[in-house]
Amino acid sequence: MPHIELPEPDAGVIRRLPILIEGLKSRVGHNLMILDEDGRRAYETDAFTAYRRIPMLVVLPRTTEEVSKILKYAHENDIKVVPRGAGTSLCGGSLPTEDAIVLCLSKMNRVIEVDYTNRIARVEAGITNLQITAEVAKNGFFYAPDPSSQLACSLGGNIAMNSGGAHCLKYGVTTHNVLGVKMVLIDGTIVEIGGPTLERNGYDLLSLVIGSEGQLGVVTEATVKLVPSPEGARPMMIGFRSPEAAGSCVAAIIAAGIIPVAIEYMDHAAIEVCEAFAGAGYPLDVEALLIVEVEGSEGEIGILLGRIAEIAARFDPKTVKISSDPNQSARIWAGRKAAFGAIGRISDYLCMDGTIPLAQLPHALTRISQICAEHDLKVANIFHAGDGNLHPLVLYDANSPGEADRAEAAGEAILRLCVELGGCLTGEHGVGIEKRELMTTQFSPTDLMVQMRVKTVFDPTWRLNPAKVFPLEATGVMRAGNAASTSEAA
Amino acid sequence: MSELWRPAAEWELQTMVSKLAREKRGIEIVGHGALRNTGRVAKSDVVLTTAGLKGVTLYEPTELVMSARAGTPLYEIEAVLAARGQMLAFEPVDLGPATGAPGGALSIGGVFATNFSGSRRILAGSARDNLLGVRAVNGRGELFKSGGRVMKNVTGIDLARGLTGSWGTLAIMTEVTFKVAPLPQTMQTLAFAGLPDDLAIEAMNVAMATPLEISGAVHLPRNCAARMRTPKIKGLDKSLTLLRLETFAAAIDERREKLKAALKVYGAPIELDSEETFSLWSEFRALSVMPFSAETSLWRISSLPTKAAEIVFAIQKFMDAVAFYDWAGGLIWLEVPAAADAGAADVRRAVAVRGGHATLIRAEPQVRSSVDVFEPLKPEIERLTRGIKSAFDPNGLLNRGRMYANF
Repeated sequence: MPHIELPEPDAGVIRRLPILIEGLKSRVGHNLMILDEDGRRAYETDAFTAYRRIPMLVVLPRTTEEVSKILKYAHENDIKVVPRGAGTSLCGGSLPTEDAIVLCLSKMNRVIEVDYTNRIARVEAGITNLQITAEVAKNGFFYAPDPSSQLACSLGGNIAMNSGGAHCLKYGVTTHNVLGVKMVLIDGTIVEIGGPTLERNGYDLLSLVIGSEGQLGVVTEATVKLVPSPEGARPMMIGFRSPEAAGSCVAAIIAAGIIPVAIEYMDHAAIEVCEAFAGAGYPLDVEALLIVEVEGSEGEIGILLGRIAEIAARFDPKTVKISSDPNQSARIWAGRKAAFGAIGRISDYLCMDGTIPLAQLPHALTRISQICAEHDLKVANIFHAGDGNLHPLVLYDANSPGEADRAEAAGEAILRLCVELGGCLTGEHGVGIEKRELMTTQFSPTDLMVQMRVKTVFDPTWRLNPAKVFPLEATGVMRAGNAASTSEAA
Repeated sequence: MSELWRPAAEWELQTMVSKLAREKRGIEIVGHGALRNTGRVAKSDVVLTTAGLKGVTLYEPTELVMSARAGTPLYEIEAVLAARGQMLAFEPVDLGPATGAPGGALSIGGVFATNFSGSRRILAGSARDNLLGVRAVNGRGELFKSGGRVMKNVTGIDLARGLTGSWGTLAIMTEVTFKVAPLPQTMQTLAFAGLPDDLAIEAMNVAMATPLEISGAVHLPRNCAARMRTPKIKGLDKSLTLLRLETFAAAIDERREKLKAALKVYGAPIELDSEETFSLWSEFRALSVMPFSAETSLWRISSLPTKAAEIVFAIQKFMDAVAFYDWAGGLIWLEVPAAADAGAADVRRAVAVRGGHATLIRAEPQVRSSVDVFEPLKPEIERLTRGIKSAFDPNGLLNRGRMYANF
């Protein structure tokens, strides 16, 4: 059995449910609510599927005003609220509790306004990541962050997790591409944080909101930056005999002053699975594969890829292959982006998301192999090499007794290793429930207390997305409704 | 004159702040004094300088990351970076000379505490965007860290970036970790002469919509252009619209020709090479076109590019203002005649109806104490702002009154 503790639901709240439903109906209408168990069951988990809890109520608001009414009602009646977008969180970020209302923004998926001259778009938070780009691509723009789940994941979820993607080496992550949000506080107050201008006024509250995992408020709209699409882009594949050679090659490319738009690393296990799935043309006889992509005009791409090939030659590569046409480029990326799905077809897996300093890569990979061997498990490694974000996929069989527990234990050891090597627990997936108890390996009690006080400013009674991000024990008093403990504790 | 406290190490700074917090004594935070003439005047019992916290503590050129103690002078950091062919991509602006404070005194802590980024911000993001982690001591005397040394990090609430632009009112940064970037191999500038403001802003935004990675887009109306010193463009007696390109040497000519083609309708530009480009854009880093003067006050206005010219014209109806536009119109530097309110009422009214916000950068201390230096906050945002201030500094000891009169 998985071992992450979830707090006992509040039986008193569940007993009051019929009254709460009537109260909420009178404020937002029953057609926004999902009451039947089968309907609610669809919201019992996210992409961290080992944990499931059926929420007592699901509400699907269509407007910010409705979100405000729902939150105000929940606040007045002391009910927990779990905000949700597309439910693609890999760390249980939108896992409900049985005594909570799930506030799902999937109906709020409109583009409100596109302003090409100022290169910004205002959209509702339930819009999918890729839908923004689909809307503006015809005019030569795109929305830059590109998490692998971009077809499904919502912008609101991206904001909650500060999502990244393969191309953030050049374009940054969500926090670099969102200029402002409209957000509803737990008491129903609607606030505009940041705005359409590049610079914000006063404290940078937006920085606190982005990546706060639904702890501070419910974002209903956002103003995002639009970036001009590059003239062209082309990847190349470089296969190496060792992780050391691949790591050194990445360092040498950057030392030469070249910042590719993406540098992706796959180990042998990941290459095999992805190749079998996508037929991307990955070399199967190498220990480590780099996919390096550059952008620009045809001429620029040729020059840059040529220089990268020259640099790679110093590290005795087994394969150097520049994509010859757009079809091949698409296949190379399809293989990489399908990695999680491809591995999911052959095995259950836990996807870790630690970040390490690049120089630690060979050492980290050796240790990860050891850790998984110690737990009698296999591992495949995918790595955003340009930014140090490591995704070891710990493979296990959910039907084999004890394997899921061993996988969790191995995952935990890997994340501890990342912190020990100077990195962090999560580069782009978030903490959620998954890494909640590990926060103490990266942060001191004071570090955490300072963060928790920020939560208390926005959500004084700790009713938003409860029992996530912070260690359960540290938040017990606040979740019991005694927020004074964060403001007084020293 | 308040007492001056000068910790030589982080632990000592924390000890001092803890002691001051127990005694509930107000603390003004300074580095080397570059920002003392900017912002509101803090009310304090002691002045605490981070000048003793100096030195680069981590530099990994191949990982594009550096850490430095907060009091490290910016010029020292830039020298260390330049020796390895790297730079701070966001091109920080040293306000010292323009505000009558010493030049070259800006510390790296001050860079992030103010989040004033330079022209390259439109390509490389702001100081805040390039910050990765901090260590800091809050008004309770607690030492805490946030973020780290890796590019991607979503572990917990992003306090590091949340501290940027807070002017030392939440915590005293003791060490900062930030992204660095390779120096461009080569640069060129296209200078269009004689365009009126609205047309110039249109041209800059046409350029920004191309994939040519414009790294600077500045427009100087005629009176401000007359203050430029770079030989090829000085003394033209015309407005100047400047667009900077940067890339590797083999690619730059192609990009320049593409940019010229995209902007053909705006006329034939003057072309500046890499060296000329370097000297030209360093004028904006020191803000030398807005030189210190007791006769004038200086505003910094954040606007939408499409509204920028309108904002300046609206202000010029009321006063003799000299402006220039950076960030393709996303930022306005505006010089106005010195007055009891530094023109605040008219400036803020012009900005309010068009979106954006204005910060008073330079004025006599009594003016900066009597008018709002930072754009006043909406009530619900002020409530959150006060909440955050009180979470970090419940007794209001750090840089009290530096941003807002009452906290």
